[in-house]
Amino acid sequence: MCLGIPGEVVELVADQPDLARVSVGGVRRAVNIALLEGEGVAPGDWILIHVGFALSRIDEAEARAAMEFLEGIGQAYEDEMDALRESTTEGPGAG
Amino acid sequence: MRYVDEYRGADKARALAARIAGLCAPGRSYTFMEVCGGHTHTIYKHGIEDHLPENVTLVHGPGCPVCVIPMGRVDDALHLARQPDTIMTSFGDMMRVPGGSRSFLDAKAEGADIRMVYSPLDALRIARQNRDKRVVFMAIGFETTAPSTAVTVQRAAAEKLDNFSVFCNHVTIIPAVKAILDSPDLRLDGFLGPGHVSTVIGCHPYRFIAAEYGKPLVVAGFEPLDILQSIHLLLRQLAEGRCTVENQYARVVPWDGNPKALRALSDVMELRPSFEWRGLGTIPYSALRIREAYAAHDAERVFDVPGVRVADPTSCQCGEVLKGVLKPWQCKVFGTACTPETPIGTCMVSSEGACAAYYNFGRFTRTAVREATRT
Repeated sequence: MCLGIPGEVVELVADQPDLARVSVGGVRRAVNIALLEGEGVAPGDWILIHVGFALSRIDEAEARAAMEFLEGIGQAYEDEMDALRESTTEGPGAG
Repeated sequence: MRYVDEYRGADKARALAARIAGLCAPGRSYTFMEVCGGHTHTIYKHGIEDHLPENVTLVHGPGCPVCVIPMGRVDDALHLARQPDTIMTSFGDMMRVPGGSRSFLDAKAEGADIRMVYSPLDALRIARQNRDKRVVFMAIGFETTAPSTAVTVQRAAAEKLDNFSVFCNHVTIIPAVKAILDSPDLRLDGFLGPGHVSTVIGCHPYRFIAAEYGKPLVVAGFEPLDILQSIHLLLRQLAEGRCTVENQYARVVPWDGNPKALRALSDVMELRPSFEWRGLGTIPYSALRIREAYAAHDAERVFDVPGVRVADPTSCQCGEVLKGVLKPWQCKVFGTACTPETPIGTCMVSSEGACAAYYNFGRFTRTAVREATRT
């Protein structure tokens, strides 16, 4: 829950300005970007995600380092990714 | 050195370890608290203490949100979960946390509709799909997760999803740190500040720690190198006679935090006059509740919450572990009656809890080996 997981913004969702499609550890899902409103989040940007919300923008090097680190910590990260995969939070069309 | 070759920048780690040793005054001991459970995890996993001089000690703080939830709040949540036509939701971390007699998992096995979610928005979706049920989200966490709950409540209000409510157990980090600073049990020389909480609150709220208590604080990242760099920054301040707040994790943490998140928080939530923390007792103005304007989404107003109070089990010393007074292995039941499979205390439940981290990774740390060979 407390782990920040990096993700790469793939596309913005046209009719839902709070949502972006994001690639997270190979999983594609919708992430709420309302808390980064006004920061011009665009495809190709990297963000740090907590419980389905982007809390900060990071650069690609930090994203890669953070991912490597998370993969190294084992069970806690696997649990978080399992939960994320099972979560179907408001994909476009569902919200 | 154990593990050091696995670090990103192993050469840098060795150089830092040497600089850290050079900054330590002979005959003086240094005790630093890492506030955040994520840091505790890194420290045990990577054996960070093995790279520090003998006179530098790290103690673990209260920054594990699952660990500080008192058993009474778990029992209150289970009471809500047993109400007719009610679905209780929470994060996976919450499922095995023991209440007075049961955990969420136990209650689920007995028939309560309890569902694990990754995000509060998942709970909102369940409410949208089950309009004939009352859906409660048990919200836990420090300022890292609280804004997400706040935005979810705003959304529920906008959609008029009045079958969705939040059982709010969000806590704030500053009063907990202040309680530790005011506690006579512990003498600290500085703090490693929490990385992700600071993404939201920024670095300003820590300034009183330096200004009023004379302790330096360095906001730290989560990699082994981050921890070593932050310890180096703390020691450098002490060596130079400075005392201030520094941000080692500036690549992620803005000095001013996330103003949007803070605005959402203050729109939806307000400070409670008091809140009981597991092990730390009642701390005034240390937790958040839903504001009156969002009463329809506040489980404590929608339901009759019993307000159960349960004394912590006497065998469990989570309180002392959370305050940094005891190391996990000094607790009487550690690793015997209390294990990650059958936790008695919360510190053994969460992967960020000091006891679980130590149980999984830390058995051969410097101090443990020294104490084992002494007996």
